[in-house]
Amino acid sequence: MALLEVRDLTVSYPARAGAVPAVRGVDLTLDAGETLGLAGESGCGKSTMAAAVLRLLPPGTRTSGSVLLEGEDVLTMRPGRLRAVRWTEAAVVFQGAMHALNPVRRVGDQITEAIQLHDKVSDGQAATRVGELLEQVGLPARRAPSYPHELSGGQRQRVMIAMALACSPRLLIADEPTTALDVMVQAQVLALLEELGRELGLALLLITHDLSVLASTCERIAVMYAGRIVEQGPADKVFEAPAHPYTRALAEAFPTIGDPASRRNPHGLGGDPPDPRDLPSGCEFHPRCPVSIAECPTLDVRLWPAGPDRAAACVHVRDGRPELVYQVPPRPVGEDAPVHQRAVPLDRGPEGSGEPQGGAPVRRGMP
Amino acid sequence: MTATRPAPAGAPAAQGPILEVRDLHVHFGARRGRGPTARAVDGVDLQVQPGEILALAGESGCGKTSLARAILGLVEPTSGQVLFRGKPIGRGTAALKPYRREVQLVLQDPTGALNPRQSVYESVAEGLRIHGVKGDEETLVAEALARSGLRPPRRFFLAYPHELSGGQRQRVVIAGALALEPAMLVADEPVSSLDASVRGEILALLLGLVRDLGLSILVVTHDLGLAWNIADRLAVMYLGRIVEQGPTETVLADPRHPYTRALLSVVPEVHHLDTQILTGEPPDPTRVPGGCRFHPRCPALASGAAAQAGVDDRCRNEPVPILRGVAEHHAACFLTDESVKKEGGSRVGR
Repeated sequence: MALLEVRDLTVSYPARAGAVPAVRGVDLTLDAGETLGLAGESGCGKSTMAAAVLRLLPPGTRTSGSVLLEGEDVLTMRPGRLRAVRWTEAAVVFQGAMHALNPVRRVGDQITEAIQLHDKVSDGQAATRVGELLEQVGLPARRAPSYPHELSGGQRQRVMIAMALACSPRLLIADEPTTALDVMVQAQVLALLEELGRELGLALLLITHDLSVLASTCERIAVMYAGRIVEQGPADKVFEAPAHPYTRALAEAFPTIGDPASRRNPHGLGGDPPDPRDLPSGCEFHPRCPVSIAECPTLDVRLWPAGPDRAAACVHVRDGRPELVYQVPPRPVGEDAPVHQRAVPLDRGPEGSGEPQGGAPVRRGMP
Repeated sequence: MTATRPAPAGAPAAQGPILEVRDLHVHFGARRGRGPTARAVDGVDLQVQPGEILALAGESGCGKTSLARAILGLVEPTSGQVLFRGKPIGRGTAALKPYRREVQLVLQDPTGALNPRQSVYESVAEGLRIHGVKGDEETLVAEALARSGLRPPRRFFLAYPHELSGGQRQRVVIAGALALEPAMLVADEPVSSLDASVRGEILALLLGLVRDLGLSILVVTHDLGLAWNIADRLAVMYLGRIVEQGPTETVLADPRHPYTRALLSVVPEVHHLDTQILTGEPPDPTRVPGGCRFHPRCPALASGAAAQAGVDDRCRNEPVPILRGVAEHHAACFLTDESVKKEGGSRVGR
């Protein structure tokens, strides 16, 4: 049995203008001790996934499908059981978590609180455990009496990881754990997560927009776009030979230093992430896709097999022509790509080919 | 908008650097005069040539933002000089005004840089009004927006920042800078708050500005991949000093300073270097170590490589000469840079 099995999960947030679908049918499995990376841009639903696994969603959120943690459905658990499962079976470190520490309490006391909420242990035992945990995340045990402001950003992130480990969970979910950190500190924290995975047999779900981080840390990668998984497979394969054009754009966004192809030649993707309230028809990626074909706007997208242990939701993969994903005309540097506009009410200004038509805009608010 | 442009990129840089920083120090005193002084920028020489992109890389706390602020005249240097087109920049708001028109700042977070209650038009026109730029304001704004890739520009005039995506907002910020026809941009982490897929588009825009308008750009970043993508030269900063600088290709293909090597080795996609994760506390500008300021964390000193070469005493005790802001590749390191090793004087280069 998989440690975590997500089946056909949908999550939609309440809004005045109707529900906003954030996750739209995701299947995912994670075995004990495995590391899975979840990639995608802001708004793709990856943080919602993290919250859904522990049912940390705001009130009013609608979910369907199931999230099985060691066979038990988190989405239908009774509150008492849910409290026990959080921290002891799965724990989460959120983005910018180092700001989540209480600034007026010593970090050791904050970790003790997490331990004693779940385990009936004496203060002395808890203190010993705090020391062990801090050592485990690479901080000297004598830092326990420190206040958060006395620690650096990386050290605070280590404290958050120690706290997540307080009740010996089997699954650790880390949502952008290194986003606000420096490269060197990021490397330290990622090395720590890898080491913990190895030494404690911890399963890790690592969520970030940086595909290169996932490729170097995780065994498998799943890429999300507009609330769905568009590609998954072994990390090195997905990163080096993406089967979906979106994965390819993400992989190229961070250049390989030393690769002449990316020197003075940044790669980007035109357009913007779609608005979940107003998703394109067919394949959601088609308005930004460099290799879309006539069928894409009406395509019934699914994850099609794309090689051993791999799948991708692209028509070219379905048709057995993954090489088409790579046939993209090179774009001259600096030549402005078409600026796609979202469905924003920009047409209030004078319309047309863009050349001046007169008509001064209404000026507001300036002296 | 084209008549007053300097020579485009590729033209010989015969007229000398557009921007030069000479022995710049920015120190911040402790509150009420007690406690140690923070030496945020502690002796920096730097040159930016016309039509050049110079990347200034380093971790937080290395002084790169203080250096950028001093260059913009936003903080007064403790000592040293900033020269623009060979002349020292003035002090005080009035003296700096013409300079500030020529050297424009592009901030990291476009959401914070734009007034949420100002339309795109107002945001871009604001600078034109402050500087009393002559000409048809509407045309100038439209040209600046088009140049930043917001086309057709008039469709964006009445949009508000919340109606735009992150990439579009950053383009508006850049348009605001371009409207004033600057000769140079100082961009502080221009893409670090943007989504991965949008990042490349903004970098391509910056490259295009250099190519088409001959702008010079100083880009402050912690991202060596960005430098590889767009920068002609790269300067790496550690604890208030430039520790290595040179053409981007050379510095990244053959990093000399152990700090640059470590920084490069932790970039997830660089495989040819053994990952070298530096330990120890992050550097503290109130307690700059003696000798080479990197020596307490230096892997080459710790591994004995420096001792083998017989420079370990110098690493610990002798101040490393300041690198001059010249084109050749140099590292402020006794072990790996021959001229630093030989000279040991106060300045190296040229």
